[in-house]
Amino acid sequence: MSDATNLTAQIDINTIPALGKEQLLELAMGPQHPSTHGVFRMNVVLDGERVMKLKPVFGYLHRNHEKIAESETYLGSMPYTDRLDYICSITNNWAYAIAVEKLAGIEVPERAEYLRVITGELTRLQNHACLLGFLMQDMGASGTPLMYAFREREKIMDLFEGLTGARMMCNYLRFGGCRVDTPAGWMDAARKVVAEFPRFLDEYENLLVGNEILMDRTQEVGILSKELAINAGISGPMARASGVDYDIRKVDHYSIYDRFNFRIPLGERGDVYDRYMIRFLEMRESIKILEQAMRDIPDGPIVDPKTKIRGFRPKPGEAYGRIESPKGELGFYLVSDGALNPYRYRVRPPSLINLTVLEDLCIGQNVADVVVILGSIDIVLGEVDR
Amino acid sequence: MNLKLDQLDQIFVILNNWLLGYLPPVVRPLCSSILAIALILVTFALLFAITTVLERKGLGRIQNRFGPNRVGPCGFLQPIADGIKSLTKEDIVPNPADHVVHFLAPVLLVAAAFMAYAVLPIGRNMILVDMNAGVLYFFAIGSLMELAVFMAGWSSRSKYSLLGAMRAIAQMISYEVPLVLASIVVIMQSGSLSTVSIVNMQATYTGIWPHWFVFTPWGFAGFALFMIAATAESNRSPFDLPEGESEIIAGYYTEYSGFKFALFFLGEYIGMFATSAMAITLFLGGWSAPFSFLTWIPSYFWFFAKLLTIILTFIWVRGTLPRLRMDQLMNLAWEFMLPMTLLNLLTAGVWHFMPAGALRWLICGAMVVVPCILLSRGLKQRKKFQVRKYRFSE
Repeated sequence: MSDATNLTAQIDINTIPALGKEQLLELAMGPQHPSTHGVFRMNVVLDGERVMKLKPVFGYLHRNHEKIAESETYLGSMPYTDRLDYICSITNNWAYAIAVEKLAGIEVPERAEYLRVITGELTRLQNHACLLGFLMQDMGASGTPLMYAFREREKIMDLFEGLTGARMMCNYLRFGGCRVDTPAGWMDAARKVVAEFPRFLDEYENLLVGNEILMDRTQEVGILSKELAINAGISGPMARASGVDYDIRKVDHYSIYDRFNFRIPLGERGDVYDRYMIRFLEMRESIKILEQAMRDIPDGPIVDPKTKIRGFRPKPGEAYGRIESPKGELGFYLVSDGALNPYRYRVRPPSLINLTVLEDLCIGQNVADVVVILGSIDIVLGEVDR
Repeated sequence: MNLKLDQLDQIFVILNNWLLGYLPPVVRPLCSSILAIALILVTFALLFAITTVLERKGLGRIQNRFGPNRVGPCGFLQPIADGIKSLTKEDIVPNPADHVVHFLAPVLLVAAAFMAYAVLPIGRNMILVDMNAGVLYFFAIGSLMELAVFMAGWSSRSKYSLLGAMRAIAQMISYEVPLVLASIVVIMQSGSLSTVSIVNMQATYTGIWPHWFVFTPWGFAGFALFMIAATAESNRSPFDLPEGESEIIAGYYTEYSGFKFALFFLGEYIGMFATSAMAITLFLGGWSAPFSFLTWIPSYFWFFAKLLTIILTFIWVRGTLPRLRMDQLMNLAWEFMLPMTLLNLLTAGVWHFMPAGALRWLICGAMVVVPCILLSRGLKQRKKFQVRKYRFSE
């Protein structure tokens, strides 16, 4: 890992066992490549089309997020967290809000917790829908599944727009609650979107889950063993696809997830197909949570009126707040010295940590599999590079 | 009335003869060829333009969006804008590239693709050369395209181009075998390599039904196998690995830009039309009408109607299926396509020597269907891929 971040690092071809050294082809996939999901490079050594060695190179999108946050006020960093994983901004807000609330000991009103769960699960739906679409795109399905997924994502983004004013950079959460309450009619619109979502899932399942080419391309490809998943600190759907029963919603009991009845789907083989299907099944569970939350949501304030937002200075101390973001364990570690801005601000990005096993998954596979495996890891470069 | 319709059917032939009548007899054959070549170039280039719009609009509708709808009525002038764009773009040649071969590759591709039309009967009496080895000529010209693809991949001196060319050569050569074998059944039955006599054999009717080869067990199997192989030959989805854009960017033409890129595009589509036209000629009765009471409609209309149907099917498939992987593609060619085409040869032989009747249909049908089911089931079992059940933790 340490030398992988060095942009000029070359692969030493002599370390690779092969029939003839002159048979190997070193290929730089990226940073300008159609399916690296952003500005990402993989230095790949190929024997024919078989991957002998792979070196991920990232940092092209680094924008000094953590250091900037140390010179910002606590609230000032909230909109910056939107830009980490720009597909699901609300869960980023949520993880950061939980860290700060832990640091300062702020209580969150009931209605705000419900709103957080609703927007957070909607985010999970749109992230997973997008991922399935992009994965099919990487498999060369000329955009049709992607467009179907984007049609659904569009509905959820419209909901976010109605609630927060922005489609992607929502900046919705505040310490001790949410920024605004739902406008009139929003909850009914959201109920309608959630009620219609299973139709999309059924359609997707009918068309794709049993597809022969899809199974050929994904089963037994990019296998991540349970041991490696645990040792490498893999989290989220990727770990669960390998059979690791670890979902922070169940482990930490954060927010009000205890009140809802939902299950955690677990995979067996840990290949691309499992990772694909786990996300698919998770969407169905998210819909269950959403239905329950929308049924039970109480009236009341969305933020404790006594919470001080301007000139917010938490006591000296440290806190680590984490949530189950759609991509895995998203954590924020904050150290306060009692000043207006955090002394240390650190993000635990699930995309980056899940990406570290890329080489292990890709060795011995085909070039065509590399893009599919990368797609199944579900990274957003905004979060990997920060 | 009947006479007039006959004239409409033969209008291009009549026009040709009328024009040639003004010329001295010595230059008539030459001028006749030039006229026909010009007509083929114009018609199929135009068809290419229409197809690009149709493909983009069709794909758009499949993906529930609109597709191009800004240039001209309903976006149908889009190809003109695209053409102007690609003509005015800078032509970039990579520094280490072999400049001569880099330039020749797209030219050869388009030339080879157009040469194939010499033996394709577009309508009654409408063929450039009625060669007695027409089918053979067609496949010989078809393999020239592989050379062009390899020239493009090799001369670019780019790793992506090389990978794309490697894939393209492997794929095209592998699928050439089932392509040719699938068409041999027709040659066995008609006893001729001439495309004109193959179509003439099919342009007869029993009652209202035509004698198209596709309406026999071996013909149907041959047609299906031919179309699968043709999809792979013309690098169409789901066999578009040589230019698999999510993997190797654009394959062998990664390093081409401007009009050379457009030429590759043109060559590929023209090649696709040519193989589709060959499938029509061999199995779908060429220019003959689908029912005997429709023979009054000009023959070239039927040819283009069938061609457009096949093109639309190609577009539909492209909007539907994900791409195969290289090894799976090869397995399909050598483990499924090749045995099936060989069996199909046997079936065609049995059909030829059995007396006509229901028994012949039954035996030949079984000879095609049973091995197909057994083979695909066997190949599927070996892979052990299936839809999985998942466990849940509470």
